[in-house]
Amino acid sequence: MIKNLKSSLILTVILILMFGVVYPLGIYTIGLVFSSNSVGSPIVKNEQIVGFENIGQSFTDDKYFWGRPSTVGYNAASTGGSNKGPTNPDYLAEVQARIDTFLLHNPGVKKEEIPSDLVTAPGSGIDPNISPNSAYIQVKRIAVVRNLPEAQIKALVDQSIENTVLGMPVINVLKLNLKLDELK
Amino acid sequence: MSKHPRVSKLFQKELVAEAFKHSFVKLNPAAMIKNPVMFVVELGTVIMLVMSFYLLAKPDAVQGSFGYNLAITMVLFITVLFANFAEALAEARGKAQAETLRRTRQETPANVLMPGGELKKVMSSELKKGDVFVTAAGEIIATDGEIIEGIATIDESAITGESAPVIREAGGDRSGVTGGTKVLTDFIKVQVTTEKGESFLDKMITLVEGAKRQKTPNEIALTILLSGFTLMFLIVTVTLEPFGRFANTPIAIASLISLFVCLIPTTIGGLLSAIGIAGMDRALRANIIAKSGRAVETAGDIDTLLLDKTGTITIGNRKATNFYNVNGMPDSDFIKYCVLSSIADETPEGKSILELAKKSNIEVNLSDHKDDTFIKFTAQTRMSGLDTKNGLSVRKGSIDTIRDLVQSGGKSIPVNMQKIVAEIASNGGTPLAVAVNGEAAGVIQLEDIIKTGIQERFERLRKMGVKTVMVTGDNPLTAKFIAGKAGVDDFIAEAKPEDKMNYIKTEQRSGKLVAMMGDGTNDAPALAQADVGVAMNSGTQAAKEAGNMVDLDNDPTKLIEVVEIGKQLLITRGALTTFSIANDVAKYFAIVPALFIASIPELQALNIMGLVSPQSAILSAVIFNAIIIPILIPLALKGVAYRPLGAESLLARNLLIYGLGGVIVPFAGIKLIDVLLTIFNLV
Amino acid sequence: MEFLYSAIIILVTILLAVPLGRYVSKVFKGEKTLLDFFEPIEKLIFKVSGVNPLSEMDWKQNLKALLTINLVWFIWIMFVLLTQTWHPFWNPDNILSMEPTQAFNTAVSFVTNTNLQHYSGETGASYFTQLLALAFLQFVSAGTGIAALALLFKGLANKSTRNLGNFYYHLVRACTRILLPLSIVLAVVLLLNQTPMTFKGSETIVTLQGDTVSVARGPVAAMVAIKQLGTNGGGFFGPNSTHPFENPNGITNAAENAAILLIPIAMVFALGYYLNRKKLSYIIIAVMTAGYLMLLIPTIVQETGGNPKITQMGITQPQGSMEGKEAGFGPVLSALWSISTTVTSNGSVNSMHDSFTALSGAFQMMGMQLNAFYGGVGVGFINMFIFMIIAVFISGLMVGRTPEFLGKKIEVREVKIAILVALLHPLLILGGTALASHTWMITENPGEVLKWLNNPGFHGFSEMLYEFTSAAANNGSGFEGLGDNTPFWNISAGIAMLLGRYIPIIGPIMIAGLLSQKKYIPESAGTLKLDSGMFGVMLFAVILIVGALLFIPALVLGPVSEYLTI
Repeated sequence: MIKNLKSSLILTVILILMFGVVYPLGIYTIGLVFSSNSVGSPIVKNEQIVGFENIGQSFTDDKYFWGRPSTVGYNAASTGGSNKGPTNPDYLAEVQARIDTFLLHNPGVKKEEIPSDLVTAPGSGIDPNISPNSAYIQVKRIAVVRNLPEAQIKALVDQSIENTVLGMPVINVLKLNLKLDELK
Repeated sequence: MSKHPRVSKLFQKELVAEAFKHSFVKLNPAAMIKNPVMFVVELGTVIMLVMSFYLLAKPDAVQGSFGYNLAITMVLFITVLFANFAEALAEARGKAQAETLRRTRQETPANVLMPGGELKKVMSSELKKGDVFVTAAGEIIATDGEIIEGIATIDESAITGESAPVIREAGGDRSGVTGGTKVLTDFIKVQVTTEKGESFLDKMITLVEGAKRQKTPNEIALTILLSGFTLMFLIVTVTLEPFGRFANTPIAIASLISLFVCLIPTTIGGLLSAIGIAGMDRALRANIIAKSGRAVETAGDIDTLLLDKTGTITIGNRKATNFYNVNGMPDSDFIKYCVLSSIADETPEGKSILELAKKSNIEVNLSDHKDDTFIKFTAQTRMSGLDTKNGLSVRKGSIDTIRDLVQSGGKSIPVNMQKIVAEIASNGGTPLAVAVNGEAAGVIQLEDIIKTGIQERFERLRKMGVKTVMVTGDNPLTAKFIAGKAGVDDFIAEAKPEDKMNYIKTEQRSGKLVAMMGDGTNDAPALAQADVGVAMNSGTQAAKEAGNMVDLDNDPTKLIEVVEIGKQLLITRGALTTFSIANDVAKYFAIVPALFIASIPELQALNIMGLVSPQSAILSAVIFNAIIIPILIPLALKGVAYRPLGAESLLARNLLIYGLGGVIVPFAGIKLIDVLLTIFNLV
Repeated sequence: MEFLYSAIIILVTILLAVPLGRYVSKVFKGEKTLLDFFEPIEKLIFKVSGVNPLSEMDWKQNLKALLTINLVWFIWIMFVLLTQTWHPFWNPDNILSMEPTQAFNTAVSFVTNTNLQHYSGETGASYFTQLLALAFLQFVSAGTGIAALALLFKGLANKSTRNLGNFYYHLVRACTRILLPLSIVLAVVLLLNQTPMTFKGSETIVTLQGDTVSVARGPVAAMVAIKQLGTNGGGFFGPNSTHPFENPNGITNAAENAAILLIPIAMVFALGYYLNRKKLSYIIIAVMTAGYLMLLIPTIVQETGGNPKITQMGITQPQGSMEGKEAGFGPVLSALWSISTTVTSNGSVNSMHDSFTALSGAFQMMGMQLNAFYGGVGVGFINMFIFMIIAVFISGLMVGRTPEFLGKKIEVREVKIAILVALLHPLLILGGTALASHTWMITENPGEVLKWLNNPGFHGFSEMLYEFTSAAANNGSGFEGLGDNTPFWNISAGIAMLLGRYIPIIGPIMIAGLLSQKKYIPESAGTLKLDSGMFGVMLFAVILIVGALLFIPALVLGPVSEYLTI
C-alpha cells in the first residue's frame, strides 16, 4: 500500500510534467510556425486589431451585414448559447421578436424568405458566419443604405463563400463587412 | 424405452387437486422468499390489499375505486397462486413417479440371517445396513443390496419393464439387486447396502420436492439474474412516482405496482422451480436415479462420452456370420464339423455357430454322439471339440491355438486359409479355425453386429458437440474397424480399467467434461472421476456409490438420453427467460400511456393497441401477466424440445420462437383481454 | 453534401481504427512498434517511480494500484482548483479560486474522464489549471480506461492463470504510445486551421461598429486534441467545440468528430487482434454501429426537419433547426457530432443539445444510457462486456449448455457482479433524477429558490434527466440550460460520476480476474460461438431490452411528451 502510494506520487509528478507542461509547450512551439494562427488570427487595420477572423462581432447597423442573433451579445470573454428548449414559450417569443425586427429593417422581404440562421442563436454566441442566403437577403437593404448597385454587393457576397470543405458553405460576416467598407 | 407404467397425462385429476391445495400452502412467505421474483409479487399483493381497504374507508380519486384496486389485488394474488401451482404440479408429478417405483418395494418380509445362523422374518422397513437376508425362488427381494452368495435369475420387470429375466451372481460385476424385484430360480444371500431412507430412490425423491430441493448452480445464477432484473424494474417504478408528480400526473399505487409486477420476469420466476423439478422428473421417467440435480444439469454440458462397445454399440456378443471351407471336403460336411466342435462351447459365440448352421439346415442329432467325448470350451484351452469312438477328432478354437495343434502334428495351415484369416481380421471380424483330425479344415467368421440406428445417435451427439469414445477389449485393428463403422469419434482398444481413467483425466485436463457408464468394481474410480458417472443398477455397490446416477434399466445407451435431458433443462430455462423479458415491450405500450394519459392526452399516440381506457389497459396487462403462467405450465413440465442443430441454429430458432414470439404474443393477448373486459363490461 | 460528409467521417474513422486497433494490440502485448523510441523514456519513468513494469499483478493488486493513483490525482486537482488565485504563472486573466463544491464536482469530473463542466473555461479556469490539472487529467484518465481494458483483455486471453499484467505499465504506455502521438497529430491539424495556441491573455479590441469587446483565448489546440481523443470532452471554452477557436471550420469539425470515435472503435479491433478473434471484433463493431446508426438517423431526420414551433411562425426552415448550432456545421453535422459524443462518453459538443428538437434529446440520452455503442476509451468495451456477459448467459442457456464466454464458464459469481454493475446505471440516473424531481416538488416556489431550470415542463424534466445521465455515463455533455452550479448538482452529479466510473471498472476487472483463473474449455459444435451473427443479434436485443427499456418511462415523460405535445 505504501509502496503503491509512493509510486503513484512520483508517477503523478512525472506525468504532470509530461502532459501538463512538456506536451503543451511542444504544441506551442509547433504553433509558433503559424504564428498568426496561434494567437487567434487577428485582423489588423491601421495597426489596430479590429477583430479576430473567427470571432463574430455584433452588427446592428443597417449599413452592415448582420450576423446571427447572440444570447451573449457577442461577448467573446463569456461565450455561450441560449440553451432554450425548442418549445420554450419565452424562447419562441424571442424568435418572433427577431423576425419582426428583421422585417422592419428589411422592407420587402417576406417572412417565409428569412433563413432560419438569422433568427436563431448559435451555441457559441460568437458565430462569425451566416449562410449565403442570409447574406443575399440583406443585399437589397445594404445597397439602399450605401447607395451602391445591388449587383456589386451580390458579387462581393458571391466571392466570400467559404468553408466548402467538409462543412456548410458560409459567409464570414466580419470579413464581408470589412470588404464592404473598402468599396467605394 | 417406454416399457413403463408412466404418469403421462400432464393434468391428472388427483395430481391437480393436490397441486391446487399445495399452491395455498406455499403462500407462506418463509417459503416464498426462496423465489425472490414471486416473493415481491406476494408483497405487492399485500400492499394492494391494504390499499383497497384503505380506499374503502377513505376514497381517493387519484388512487381509483375500491373495486378497481381490489381487482388488481385479486389478479396479483392469482399470479402468485399460478406460480405456486406450477411448482406444486411438477412436484406432485415427480412424487407420483417416484411413488410408482417405491410401490414395488412396499413392506416385504425378509428372512434375515441371524448371527446364530437361524432365519428371522423382518419387514423390509426394519432392515438395517449390513443385514444379510436370504431370498429363494419365487420370493420378492426386500430391499436394495448386493449378493454375497449364490446365483439367481431375477425378474426385474417391475423396475425396468424388461420382461426377460436377468442373471445376478455373487462376486462379479453383476451382484447388485434391487428391492421389489423377484427371484425366479435359485437361492441367494443378499447384504443390505443402504440405510433405511437413504436409498438412491429416497435421494431422488428429495430432488422433486420443492422445499427440500437444492438449487443447481445454473439455477442459482439465473435466480440472481432474475433478482437483478427485479431490482432494476423496482428502481424504474419507484422513481416514476416523483417523475409523475413533477409532470403534474400523480400515479396511483395500483398502477405503479401493476407496472412493476408486469415488468419483472414473473413468467420465468413463477415457472423456474417447476422446470427444475420437471427435469429431475424426466430423468426419473427415463429410469435414471440422479443423486443430485447438479449431475443432470452437468450432463447437458458433457463434451466427451465414453461408451462400452459391447451392449452399447454392438449387440451383446459377436456372432458367426460365415463358414469358409478350405479343405476341399463338401461344404455340408465342413459345417457339420463346425457344429460338432461347437456343441460343447457354451459361450454366446459357440451358440451362434449352431444358429448359423441351422440356417443352412444342418443339425446334428445329439443321440448319435451319446458315447462320444465332448471337450468343453474353457478359458485355459480356448478350444472346444469332440472325440468320437471311431477316432474322429474335431477341434475349434482361436487361430493361434489351432495353429499350435496343427503344427504339433507336423502339418501347417494352408496359404489360402491364412489369407481368409487376414481378410476377416482386417474387416473387424474375428476368425475361428476348425481342425479335423489334426488338419486345418476351415474358418468360421465371427462378427460384431452394430446396433441399428446407433450411427444416427452418434451423429446427433456430434451435432450437439459431444465427442463419442468407444471402449473395447478388442485389438486396435478390430476396434478401429468397428469404431469407423459405428461412427464414433475415437476409441480405446485393448482397454484396461486404468486406460479409461487416464483417458478421462486427459480430457478433463483440456477442460472437457466427461461422462461414462460402468458397472464393475473396476469402473468405480473412473465413475468417480468422470463428471457424469452413470452406474448400472445391476452393477456392484462400489460402482453405484462412485457414480452420480444410477440407471435402473441397465441400458448402456441411456447416457445419450441423459445428455439430452440436461440440455433440455437449460434450454427451457433460457427460452422462458427470454420470453418473459421480451414480453415487457408490449406491457410498456399498454401501461406507460395509461399512466399519464389523463394529464398528457397526446400520449394516446403510444397506445398502439388501442386499449379502451387506462384502467382496462392496466388490468389487461396484469391479467395477461398472470394467465401466461398456467398457459406455459405444459411447456415448463415437458421442456422445450431439444434439437441437435448446432449452437447457432439452435439459438436462432429459440430466439425467433421465444424472443420474437415473446414480443408479439402479449400484444395480441393484452388486446384480446381488453376486448373481453369491455364486452363483459368489467371496466 | 453534408450527408456525404457524414458518411465519409464515419467510414474513414472505421478504416483508420483498424490499423490503430492492430497497433494498440501490439502496445498491450509489449510487441515491437514504430514508436519504440519512447522506450528509454518509459524505462526511466518506471525506474524513477519504483515500478517494475514486468511484475504481473492479480486483479486485486491492479485495482488497488488504479484506485490509489486516481486518488492522488483527485487530491492534486482539488488543490489546483482551490488555489487558482495564487497560481504562480499561466494565469494572465487572474482567474479566482473555485467554490469548494464546484471544485469537488470539477475534480471528480476530470478524474473520472467525464468532463462535466459546471464552470465556464474562459472565466473559471486559469491556463495553469487548464494545462497542469485539466489537460494532464485528460491524458491520464483516458490512460486509466485504456489500461483497465488492457487488464481485461489479458484476463480474457489467459488460460488458468491469476495475473492480469501490470496496471502502471499499461497506464504509462497508453499515454505515451497511444494518446500522445495521436494528440500531436490532431493538434497540428487544428493549428493549421487557426485554432490558437498561446499563453497570452485575452485581448481587448474595438469592433467595426465601435463596441469594446474582450476576446478570450489561450493554449487551446493542445487541450482540444486530447479532449477529443481521450473521450474527455472538457472544452477550453464554456461552449466547447461550438466556439470558433476550438472548432474553426468544416475540416477541424470532421477531424474532431473522427477523433471522438477513433480510439473507442479501435479498441474493439484491438480485441480482435489481441485474442486473435477478428470475427468477434467485427461482430461487436457491427452491433455498436447498428446501435449508433439507430440513434443517429432519426436525430438527423428530426434536426433537418426544423423546429415545428418556428415553422408555425411562418419561417420555412430548409436549413433545419439552427438554434444552438453554428452556421458552418448545420443540422446534419451537428446531429452527427451530438450522437458521436453521447454514444462515446466524450461529451464535447459542436452545438447545444438543449436546443435540439424535442425527440433528438431522447436519442442523445439513450446513447449515454446504453453507454456501449463504442463507448469511452477503454471503458466503452468494458461496458459492452457486461452486456455480453448477460447475453452469453441467457443465450448459453438457450443452446443447452452452461454459458461460456470465450471458453470460460459464466457462473454464479460472474453473473452476480455483472448484474450489480448493470443495476448501477439505472440506479444513478433514475434515482438521481427522482431525487432532483422530488426536491423541486417539495420546494416552495422552486423557480425562484432553486433556479435550476431554464425551461419549463417536459423540457425541464429532460434537463435534469440529461444531467444525471451524462454524469453516470461519464459523458460530460449537458442540457446546459440546467443551472447546475449549485451545491445540490455539484455534489449529486459528483457522486454519480464517481460511482459511474469506478464500479463499472472494478466489476469487469473482477470478472476478468475470475475468468482468468478458470479452466479453458475448448469449443465444440455445442458451444455458442460469440463470433456468430446470431450472437450479435442476441447481444443487440439484450442491450435494447435490458438497457433501453429501463429508461423508457423517464424518456416518455421528457422528450417524448415534449415531442407529442407540440
